[in-house]
Amino acid sequence: MTEIPDIDALLPALPEMVLVVGAMVLLMLGAFRGERSATPIHWLAIVLLVAAGVALVLLPPGNLTAFGGSFVVDGFARFLKLLALTGSAVAILMSFDYPGRGTQQKFEYSVLILLSTAGMLMLISAADLIALYLGLELMSLALYVVAAIDRDSVRSTEAGLKYFVLGALSSGMLLYGASLVYGFTGTVSFAGIAKAAREPGIGLVFGLVFLFAGFCFKVSAVPFHMWTPDVYEGAPTPVTAFFAAAPKVAGIAMFVRTTIVAFPGILTQWQQIVVFVAIASMALGAFAAIGQRNIKRLMAYSSIGHMGFALVGLAAGTQEGVQGVLVYMTIYVTMTLGTFACILSMRRDGRMVEEIGDLAGLARTKPTMAFFLAMLLFSLAGIPPLAGFFAKFYVFLAAIKAGLFTLAVIGVVTSVVGAYYYLVIVKIMYFDEPAKAFEPMPHKLRVVLAVSGLFNLLFFVYPGPLIEAANAAAKSLF
Amino acid sequence: MLSWPILSVTTFLPLVGALLIMAMRSDGEFESRNARWIALWTTLITFAISLILVWRFDPTTPEFQFIEKRPWLGGTITYHLGVDGISLPFVILTTALMPICIIASWLPIQRRVKEYMVAFLVLETLMVGTFVALDLVVFYLFFEGGLIPMFLIIGVWGGPRRVYASFKFFLYTLLGSVLMLLAIMAMYWDAGTTDIPTLLKHGFPRGLQTWAWIAFFASFAVKLPMWPVHTWLPDAHVEAPTAGSVILAAILLKMGGYGFLRFSLPMFPAASHDLAPIVFTLSAIAVVYTSLVALMQEDMKKLIAYSSVAHMGFVTMGIFAATAQGVAGGIFQMISHGIVSAALFLCVGVVYDRVHTREIAAYGGLVDRMPFYAAAFMVFTLANVGLPGTSGFIGEFLALIGTFKVNITVATVATLGVIGSAAYALWLYRKVIFGELTKPSLATIKDLDYREIITLGPLVVLTILFGIYPKPVLDLSAASVAQLLENYEKALGAAKSATLLVH
Repeated sequence: MTEIPDIDALLPALPEMVLVVGAMVLLMLGAFRGERSATPIHWLAIVLLVAAGVALVLLPPGNLTAFGGSFVVDGFARFLKLLALTGSAVAILMSFDYPGRGTQQKFEYSVLILLSTAGMLMLISAADLIALYLGLELMSLALYVVAAIDRDSVRSTEAGLKYFVLGALSSGMLLYGASLVYGFTGTVSFAGIAKAAREPGIGLVFGLVFLFAGFCFKVSAVPFHMWTPDVYEGAPTPVTAFFAAAPKVAGIAMFVRTTIVAFPGILTQWQQIVVFVAIASMALGAFAAIGQRNIKRLMAYSSIGHMGFALVGLAAGTQEGVQGVLVYMTIYVTMTLGTFACILSMRRDGRMVEEIGDLAGLARTKPTMAFFLAMLLFSLAGIPPLAGFFAKFYVFLAAIKAGLFTLAVIGVVTSVVGAYYYLVIVKIMYFDEPAKAFEPMPHKLRVVLAVSGLFNLLFFVYPGPLIEAANAAAKSLF
Repeated sequence: MLSWPILSVTTFLPLVGALLIMAMRSDGEFESRNARWIALWTTLITFAISLILVWRFDPTTPEFQFIEKRPWLGGTITYHLGVDGISLPFVILTTALMPICIIASWLPIQRRVKEYMVAFLVLETLMVGTFVALDLVVFYLFFEGGLIPMFLIIGVWGGPRRVYASFKFFLYTLLGSVLMLLAIMAMYWDAGTTDIPTLLKHGFPRGLQTWAWIAFFASFAVKLPMWPVHTWLPDAHVEAPTAGSVILAAILLKMGGYGFLRFSLPMFPAASHDLAPIVFTLSAIAVVYTSLVALMQEDMKKLIAYSSVAHMGFVTMGIFAATAQGVAGGIFQMISHGIVSAALFLCVGVVYDRVHTREIAAYGGLVDRMPFYAAAFMVFTLANVGLPGTSGFIGEFLALIGTFKVNITVATVATLGVIGSAAYALWLYRKVIFGELTKPSLATIKDLDYREIITLGPLVVLTILFGIYPKPVLDLSAASVAQLLENYEKALGAAKSATLLVH
């Protein structure tokens, strides 16, 4: 019982350990050095995230397992972990120079991001329901606090509270679903569930539905999306940027792994649910965003729509589908981070502005920023030859192969509706008369914008590596 | 074979020019002047290179030439380029019209010249790419990518209702195209590749043919445009700057016709045969109805836009008649319309730059002050009517002959439509050019300057030359058209015998 496990057996979890131990050290450092140490701690947090990424890459190749098989590091996990680490690191990078209170001055900010990232990595690797829940809660609890990090702002605390209450509810549902699944299959490990769940019993499907409710909440898919616009709008913008990227990756990872690995036997049952959720998310994301004037709220609806598109790949339930999801998430993260780099640069007179109308005439006051933002928006809309097109291409390719024609047709039609509101922003930037210019863009944001903008613009030149990597990663689940 | 990738160079050279202009860092007047000259030289060099294509092209074989193939998306989706007799005329049309567009925008565009030239050069790359792509995904990339620069061209440099027009243009075309994208995916899973030469030989199952045909039709019918999905065109034409209208009418519309020729007819022969009556009906309605609508217009550009819809009706009719004359006529009509409609929009641009209105009622008696203009305008008006001796006649005549063989009713209705086109075109000409010159705003109007002569002159020559001697264009495409129809008949015959066997 008290046997000390072999240290080598913990090796697959090295990146997580780097993050957790590092977070503790930084917490101590911050507690003793006080508020002044915020900036160095932010930098150290980025270093830790990079170190975790390096550790991940240096792990021995192949499928590694730890903790009695409840923690796996396969191609799928490696791919998404790298993506989540990138998302978190860039989110911290973008929170420097933020004029509002909350992120830059508080060292807790990056410590919390480290902890939630550790949770994400855990979640991505989780191969049974217990590990999944542990990772999920570690990620979510840190996220609740981060949402309310600007504790003097009513909007931020409201956002945090809303997120917490709804998040707790969804965790409860997920847990209830997990217990039902356990009850009807007799095991919590995904492989075991897959063996036991060959026939769709009513109890099992019931559990599956509750499980999905929790998943949908985490990836903000309809009908569990209500928190997203309020949290996106209320949280300080760097936090919103963080929320839009890395946690979505982890959420989708958990959704995909659980569904594909644990429930292949009842594909027709879960496929209907995913198809419905995908259609509803794409449609709501497209239609509800049209009326938005606040760009953060708009990005919230946009992200709901994008999760719908990513789930189109999952709905196919095939290796091509998972490949599509992976390509989609990678491109989605780059687009979102680039767009938020622009939103974070919308400053006038030392204050952030958030209305879409504030971008008026940006093409003349800041041509480079306007150009990159326009390209990112076209990419979000999925217009070729930008990267966003390839993202949609691969998920729909899988849906067509799986014979989900209705889903595909509704999906592409909503993507046209969605194109409308991205075009509105382009129109405001390019066609309208200029408003007062923004303050000069901070260098770090410039770098983020340039990298993500060029990635999206030039992706079509050499798309092979990402597609191949996603293909290899998807293969590891089947 | 050539040692350098000539098609890639033709396609991407304008993009290099665009990067050059973007990289330029200077201010004000100097910057605008540089941007104009770089754009002009880029388009001229591109045109010169595309002439090498004509020179080296072997018109006796229907095979694709100047093939380039490189791995791209992984798997079977490759970067594959090539031209045959059907695509080459469109490539030349594009590269030839671009320098004219740049010259036509020389003075009228004074605002944000740098961005304007960049948008045009990027658009040229995307248009040429559409015609030379030999992989469906590559084709789609170029085909759809053109929306972005065109959206900006209409929206930034357009007229008063530019926002409405640009959104309508973008969303209409996008909606049509995404359905085609799904069909492309279905074809990929059926054939295992998106390589066009392979797909041309691949016999698609009957059910897929119909659905894919409808999806492709949704895209190309909007792009062409066919009645009743043409309503974006008058708006886009009216609001776009002159050169934007030229490109829209002369080249972007042709992508639809090219698509029918390249995909719908050869890849889905059975579906094309069965659904041709729909196309015939829509084409006949388009010819008659839009001619009547054109008669009612008060805006010169709108009138020409509606006449474009009518002329495209002949194209679709000819293509889906699937006879040697019909298809050749369709191709010729597209090239001819590319020249004539471009010229007509340039003619409108000439007077618009002087008087700043496109109201037909604001003009009259221009022949007194602008004799050269009146002469050029007359050539294009007559070509638009389809008078023998102009290029317009050849295309319409061939398309109608081709259709007569297949469907006499439709051909008769369409022939009646020709009368309509004579009515509106001549009416426009009389109102603008003849009559008393009484309007005070026109009293001091000047005739064509040398810049305008440079743009209109070559088009006058080509209109008359192709009207008298259409052989170069027809010969260029003859072998490819013959093969297309041969395969089409073969596929239909096979389908028919298969049905007979079942019974």
